[in-house]
Amino acid sequence: MKRVTYIYIGLLLLTMQGLYGQKDILIKNGTLITITDGIKENTDILLRNGKISAMGEDLAEGNAEVIDAEGLFVMPGIIDAHSHIGIDAVNEPTNPVTAEVFVGDAIDPYDIALYRALAGGVTISHAMHGSANAIGGQCETIKHRWGEWDPEAFKMEGAPRTIKFALGENPMRVHGEGKNVAPRTRMGIEQEFRRSFAAAKKYRTDRNAFASGKIKKGPDYSYRLETLADILDGDILIHCHSYRADEILMLMDVLSDFGVNKICFQHVNEGFKIAPELAEFGAMASVFSDWWAYKFEVYYSTAYNAAILTKNGVVTSINSDDAGLIRHLYHEAAKTQRYGELTDNEALRLITMNPAIQLGIEDRVGSLEVGKDADIVIFENHPLSIYATPQTTIVDGIVRFDINADNNDMRMFIDAEEALPAFYETSEEHEDKCMQGVHLHEGHSHTHSHNHSH
Amino acid sequence: MRYILYITMFLIPFSMNGQMVAKAKKGPFLLKNGSIHTITNGVIAGDILIEGDRIKQIGQDLAASEETTIIDCEGKRIYPGMIDGGTKLGLGEISSISLTQDADEMGDFTPHMEALTAINPNSVNIPVTRTNGVTTVLAKPSGGLFPGRAALIDLFGYTPESMYSGFKGQILNFPSTGRKHRWDKRSEDEIKKDAEKAMKKLNGFWKKCETYTKMDSAANATGKQIDDYNPQLSTMTDVVNGEEKLLIRVNKKEDILAAISFVNAHQINAVFVGVIDGWRVADSLVKYDIPVITGPILALPSRSSDRYDAPYANAGKMMKAGVLVAIQTNETENVRNLPFNAAFAANYGMGIDEAMAAITINAATIFGVENEIGSIEEGKRANLYIADGDPFEMKTRISELFIGGYQIPIENRHTLLHDEFMDRFPGK
Repeated sequence: MKRVTYIYIGLLLLTMQGLYGQKDILIKNGTLITITDGIKENTDILLRNGKISAMGEDLAEGNAEVIDAEGLFVMPGIIDAHSHIGIDAVNEPTNPVTAEVFVGDAIDPYDIALYRALAGGVTISHAMHGSANAIGGQCETIKHRWGEWDPEAFKMEGAPRTIKFALGENPMRVHGEGKNVAPRTRMGIEQEFRRSFAAAKKYRTDRNAFASGKIKKGPDYSYRLETLADILDGDILIHCHSYRADEILMLMDVLSDFGVNKICFQHVNEGFKIAPELAEFGAMASVFSDWWAYKFEVYYSTAYNAAILTKNGVVTSINSDDAGLIRHLYHEAAKTQRYGELTDNEALRLITMNPAIQLGIEDRVGSLEVGKDADIVIFENHPLSIYATPQTTIVDGIVRFDINADNNDMRMFIDAEEALPAFYETSEEHEDKCMQGVHLHEGHSHTHSHNHSH
Repeated sequence: MRYILYITMFLIPFSMNGQMVAKAKKGPFLLKNGSIHTITNGVIAGDILIEGDRIKQIGQDLAASEETTIIDCEGKRIYPGMIDGGTKLGLGEISSISLTQDADEMGDFTPHMEALTAINPNSVNIPVTRTNGVTTVLAKPSGGLFPGRAALIDLFGYTPESMYSGFKGQILNFPSTGRKHRWDKRSEDEIKKDAEKAMKKLNGFWKKCETYTKMDSAANATGKQIDDYNPQLSTMTDVVNGEEKLLIRVNKKEDILAAISFVNAHQINAVFVGVIDGWRVADSLVKYDIPVITGPILALPSRSSDRYDAPYANAGKMMKAGVLVAIQTNETENVRNLPFNAAFAANYGMGIDEAMAAITINAATIFGVENEIGSIEEGKRANLYIADGDPFEMKTRISELFIGGYQIPIENRHTLLHDEFMDRFPGK
C-alpha cells in the first residue's frame, strides 16, 4: 500500500511539473470583460512573461499556445478579500492583541481548497487571521499558484501588508465570556484599540528619540508595538471584522483620533445603515452577498447591503470567508442584481477591481489592461448568469485550472498514513469562519460547536 | 369558546408585528395572458383563475366576476411554487443562540418529537424565503438516530396547523462511517467503532419497534389498548408497517449500500436524504426504487480526492440513471437559495426543466402530495408565482406570489431594511 502511494506521489509530481510551465498564451476571439474599459467583443489577448502584453483584434500567434475563446467570456481573475484557504492556522486567540503573529507563516500549498477556488475562477485571496482578538495577526495576500510546493511561492510579492482587527461578539466571546478577561463588551473593545495605539505611539516616540540620540535608553524591542506603530504610520492596511453600525462608527472615531485613515471593514452586515458615514471617512467594505442570522449581531441584515453601499460610493467587495463559497463568487456577485439591481459592471467590480483596491494591489490586478498581471478566467456563459461555468483559470500567465484537464483527483499531497481520503458528511455551516482554532468552554450552541470550539 | 376568542385577539396583532410585512390579499385572482410553466403539461399561454385556495381554471380568455382582482401577466411567466425537500425553517432563528434552536432534542431515539409542534409561523426567515418563489418546505428535526417527525409546511399562515401541507415523515440519521465535518478528528478505528455501536443501537431499537408494532396490532385486533404505552415506539408503528415514509439521511457510498440492505431487510418505505455519493451507487438506488432528496448542491466535495464539481453534478447523474430526485438546501435562513442550488444542478448536467421539476413535482411526488402541489393544474392548491424571466437567473424579478390562494406581499426584513436605509433620511 505504502509503496503504491509513494509511486503515485512521484507520478503526480512529475505530471504537475509538466503541467504548470510558463509559455506565451494567446486567447483568441473572446468577449473581453475589462472592468475598467468596457466590453470588447471578438478580441484577442496575449499573455507573455506573466503579464497581459497585448489586447486587440487578430493578434499574431507567434509561438504562443492558442486558446480559442470564441463564444466565451474572458475576465480578470476573481479576487477574494476575505478567505482562510491555503493556511493551516487561523487564530492566535491567547490575547486580545496579537499584532505580532503572521498568517504568512502558516501557508499550506497542498490545501485542495486552493484548486477548487481556481475552478471557480479565483486567482487571489486574502488569507486572513481570525477574529478572536480585537487586534489579530497580520494577513497574507496569496496568489493561487496551485502546483507549487514552496509556501513562499504563494505570497503575492509586493502586496501591501495587512492586519486583521475584530469587533463585537467574537472577541467578546473569546476573552470576556471564554476567559473572563476584558473585553467583555463593545465598550471594552474600544479601549483595547485606544490602549494599544497609545502604547504604540509612545513606543514610536521613544524608539525614534533613541535612534536620533535624544535619549540614552530606548524601549525594549517589541514586534507587537513595532507592528502597531507601522499601522499608525499608514504602512499596514487594516481589515476589520465588524457587523454592527455602532461599533463601526466607534472604530472610525478611534482611527481619526490616531490619524489613521486606511481601513476596509469586513462582513459589515450593518454597513448599509451608515453608508454615508463610511463613504465620508473613505472606509471600504467587504461583505457577504446574503449571509445573515447566524448570530444576533447579523439578525438585522439585508442582502441589499452591497448594493446600498455601492450606490453610496463606498468601495465594496463581495467575499467568501469560506472554502465552499469561494468557488462561486461570480454567483455571489450576481446576487446584487436580484437584491439591488446593480449593473453588470458594478456587480463584477465587487469581485475584481474593488477587492484589488481593498488589498492595495489595484495597479497589478483586478482588470484586463496591458501591463497588468496575466490573471484571467474564461467562462462559458456570462459570469453573472446562473449558467456561467469557469473553463480555464490562469495565474501569472500559467494555466492552473483547465476544465478539460481536470482528472477528478487533483490533490498535490497524499497522506501515506491515510488508507482512503476522509469522507466528510457536511461542509461547514453558513457563518463567518473567523473563529477557527478557538477553544471555548463547554455549553455553547451545538450548531456552532464544530466551527467554534475546535 | 370565549377564551379562544380572547387568545386569538391577543395573538393576531402580535403575529402581524412578528411578520413585519404587509397583509396578504384575498382572491379571487385572474392572472391574464401569462406564459404558464405547468411543469406537468408543458408551457401554456393563457389565464389562471384562483378561487379560494385553489387553481380553479386554466384556459384562454377566462371570465372574471366583479370582485376578482385581475393581474396582467403579459410577457411574464407563471411557475408553481418551489418545494425545498429539507430545511430547518421555522425551527431555528439565530443559529448561535441555542435557545432559539428547536430542531435537536436530547437523546438518540426521539421519533415522538413533532416538527410541526415547534414551527414558528412568524419566523423572520419565512418571508425572506418565500419571496424568491419557495412556497413549501420540509421542516426537519435533526440530531441523534431518530430525531423526530418532519413536517411539510406552506410558507404562509398564523398557526403551524394552518401551514401544514399534507406530509409528515420520520427521519433516521443512518449510522455513518464517515467524519461528521472537518473538525471531526477521531481516528479511523474510533470512527469504525462508533459506527458499529450506532448500528447495534439502531438494530436494537428497530427490533423493539417491530415487537411493539406486533403487540399493538394484536391489542387493536381485540379492541384493546396496549398496556405498556411507549411514546417512542408507538410513533414508529406506521413506519414499521410501511405506512409512513422513513427519510433516511445517508451520504457515503458504503453507508448508502448498508442502508439499502437495512431498508430491504425491514421492507421500509424509504426516501434517502443527502446521498452525496449517490452518483457512485445510482444503479442500486434505481434497482430498489429508492427516491432521493439530495443537496445542498452548493456544498463542498466530501473528499479531498473528489472532483471539484461532484456535488454540483450528483443530482443530474442520479436523475439520468433513473432515480427520482428532489433537492434540499438543508438551510434555515437562506432557504431562499433553493432555486440557485437547483440551477447549479441544472448547469452541471441535470438540465433546466429537470432541475425545475426536482424542486416542484418530484418533491411533491416523494411527499405523496402530487395531487395538491408541485405543478400548475386545475384543482391544485394555488401555490405559484409570477416572474419576468427564468426564475433561476439572478436578474429575474418575482413580482407576485400566491400561497394557498392568498396573494403574499413581496416584502421581508431584507427589502424593508433596504427601503428604509437606501437614500437614508436624514443623510450624513
